Amino acid sequence: MAETCEIPVGGMTCAACSARVQRTLEKTPGVERAAVNLMTGTARVDYDPRAVSPERLVETIRGTGYGAELPRPEASIESLMEAQDAERAGETADLRLKFWVTIAIAVLAAGMGMPLMENQSGPSAELGRWFLLALTLPVVFWSGRHFYTRAWAAFRHHSADMNTLIAVGTGAAFVFSVFMTVGAEWVRARGLVPHVYFEVVMWVVALILLGNLLEARAKGRTSDAIRRLIGLRPDTARVVRGGAELEVPLADVRVGDELLVRPGERIPTDGVVLDGTSTVDESMLTGEPLPVAKSAGSEVTGATINRNGALRIRASRVGADTVLSRIIRLVREAQGSKAPIQRLADRISAVFVPVVISIAIATFVIWFDLGPAPRHLHALVAAVTVLIIACPCAMGLATPTAVMVSTGRGAELGVLIRGGEALQRTGDVDLVVLDKTGTITEGGPAVTRIELDDEGLRLAASLEQLSEHPLAEAIVAAARKRGLALEDPERFAAEPGRGVVGRVAGHDVVLGNRSLAEEHAKAARSIEETAAELTPLDVHAAAMAEDGATPVYVAVDGRLAGVVAIADPIRPTSRDAVARLRGMGLAVVMLTGDDRRTADAVARQVGIDRVVAEVLPDRKLAEVERLRAKGNVVAMVGDGLNDAPALAGADVGIAIGTGTDVAMETSAVTLMRGDLGGVADAVALSRRTLRVMKQNLFWAFIYNVIGIPIAAGVLYPAFGVQLTPAFAAAAMAVSSVSVVTNSLRLRS
Amino acid sequence: MTTAELVVTFAGLAAILWVNWYFLLAGEAAAAGSAAGPQRFRIEVNNSYSPSAIRVRAGEPVQLDFHRTDRSSCTEEVVLPEFGIRRFLPTGQTTSVEFTPRAPGSYGFECGMGMVRGKIIAEEAES
Repeated sequence: MAETCEIPVGGMTCAACSARVQRTLEKTPGVERAAVNLMTGTARVDYDPRAVSPERLVETIRGTGYGAELPRPEASIESLMEAQDAERAGETADLRLKFWVTIAIAVLAAGMGMPLMENQSGPSAELGRWFLLALTLPVVFWSGRHFYTRAWAAFRHHSADMNTLIAVGTGAAFVFSVFMTVGAEWVRARGLVPHVYFEVVMWVVALILLGNLLEARAKGRTSDAIRRLIGLRPDTARVVRGGAELEVPLADVRVGDELLVRPGERIPTDGVVLDGTSTVDESMLTGEPLPVAKSAGSEVTGATINRNGALRIRASRVGADTVLSRIIRLVREAQGSKAPIQRLADRISAVFVPVVISIAIATFVIWFDLGPAPRHLHALVAAVTVLIIACPCAMGLATPTAVMVSTGRGAELGVLIRGGEALQRTGDVDLVVLDKTGTITEGGPAVTRIELDDEGLRLAASLEQLSEHPLAEAIVAAARKRGLALEDPERFAAEPGRGVVGRVAGHDVVLGNRSLAEEHAKAARSIEETAAELTPLDVHAAAMAEDGATPVYVAVDGRLAGVVAIADPIRPTSRDAVARLRGMGLAVVMLTGDDRRTADAVARQVGIDRVVAEVLPDRKLAEVERLRAKGNVVAMVGDGLNDAPALAGADVGIAIGTGTDVAMETSAVTLMRGDLGGVADAVALSRRTLRVMKQNLFWAFIYNVIGIPIAAGVLYPAFGVQLTPAFAAAAMAVSSVSVVTNSLRLRS
Repeated sequence: MTTAELVVTFAGLAAILWVNWYFLLAGEAAAAGSAAGPQRFRIEVNNSYSPSAIRVRAGEPVQLDFHRTDRSSCTEEVVLPEFGIRRFLPTGQTTSVEFTPRAPGSYGFECGMGMVRGKIIAEEAES
């Protein structure tokens, strides 16, 4: 049975290359068919796995002089990050060594070489020039070698970058100086003084190395947030298998495994609590500062910290499917995106280097034709200074570094932003539309006020155990919360649309609206007694209705015992969050399918003055579009499931309190915790990021716009100012480092 | 104008023209493409991308195998902004990225600093 593999082949430049590789493969025992594609750089081989292995095929291709290797399956994010860190550490160490050696050489040159050069035409100058040349050789061929090799590699592919500018600049100064040293006699015979610029080469290389060193360090810190997220995973988990407790690597945990988590330990993976009670610190994933209570049936998330009780959980998601992995993946993807604001910088940096080289050439020509004597020296220095001061790196780094730092910071706050475009749009938002149910409120009915004694509540809840009405569950939960012992009803009947009636523990119990309770009371008591009991309850009920709650009357044995308020409770944080949004200058609108009275009551309690009520789910999108049509940049906040069309239709969709894939995929922003504070966090972070991006772009542009003309000598005619190449190198190093450092401010 | 000035002026003009032609016009590499079969390409990363232009069929998965041989911090990451991909490319290894260009058009890929660039030209698949 033949198998097929595809092997990437490197180094093929023409049809003869691919034909040679193909012939060699076809002659290899075990190969049934080989097709080598020059354009795609791949060899597709049908082979007999019993006779030859893919590794052997790779060796065969390498034997023909071409590069080949089997593409590895995609490495995990952790191993990639480790490799990146190791490579960066190696690079930093290398740069540090080169920098210090170059500085030492430059200082030696200044201390010993330059004094010999004081009189350029004197006898000691000859010795000085050769001495400086000897010192510069290790700088050019060791410290700065990579500038030249990289520039050459790019040049061969018609591309030019930072290295091109450095290589051309320092290369021109070096070659000129070597010529002046070797051909000093020839130069003097023509009445010229043989000037050299070896020290320029040394200082420029040293300062650019320093800039690269600082930049590498700063760039490494832009991924700190992802590193921290990865570091949240415990290495091992305690699994119960075959009745025994085993400590296994996290990678060996399977869905369905039973895991034990002691107090103080991190929960290994997503799961459901089987038994035990504890509180769990979820702040690292959701930004929620308060620990969350967990008991049997509660969902727990991997990497969160179990605080004070032992838990036995069943793993429900492992590896790449866990919430933490999804967060890491989303942040990584976000960091690969670009903000629209970067487009202009991209267009400029695409032509930047050729334009700068052109300016440098023009500078040389103008100084040579019009400048003061010695013209060729002024021209050379000015042209080299232009090449060295120009910095495309700052433009290239302006927004990506801000996006990287900011998306990482967002993840730490429990705010997942889908990338540069989402960041920029969120920063521009001026109107926030909040869905009511599940966003401003908890999303489910609960007892919010009780004007009833415990015995009355116990009897009411006992009866409600048999009801299927959504409000019944709230009453049962309220009684359980008070620790009341419920009993099975002896009799139960539902009165559709009105309530329930029945018998519990020898008492006739009625729960329902006012008319049902009054009807039963009047049947057992006098009208006056009933009226006297109803009056105070009506006062409570009116207040409850005013707050948007549904009053439920309770009668026991014909006596009107009390009234209970049931509502979708407002999240405790909603009011402060709305105040914060308004404080940031954002208009806040509440959108709900609920009736006007309930909607107004909720809006009043959280401080919202614009309410759009009684909107059917399929009309929410139209409402969002209407607000956008007025010129607003609209963020729609919802739970990501019922509001999906409106979230997708808004300028920015913000899904709240969810880590589901659906919400993450469809929303620009996902808030891991279920409170509106995250909306303000997202807008504030995006605004800060946008500010940093604009600052970075401004500095990157202004630096080049001002630096290049000054380097070219525009100030020379009026002020006699001409920059030195060493100063230009220092300025260039500062420019890219300053952009990255400015982005790093977003970490706090 | 002296002879030297004339020579320098014309040499300078010629150099400017050549630089812009070489880097901006002559650099438009012929796009590598695959007539049929899986859309998989090997891209050499050595301070530049080779090939730097890839022709693909829109709506079908594409796999790019980036083989990096340089040690420049500039090219240590490849970014495909339209596909939300930022991937570290370890030196001396091949790193694969997969994506599907949904619609015809030109999609860029570039180094982490936006200096080294390439493009994917997605064309309507022939029925």
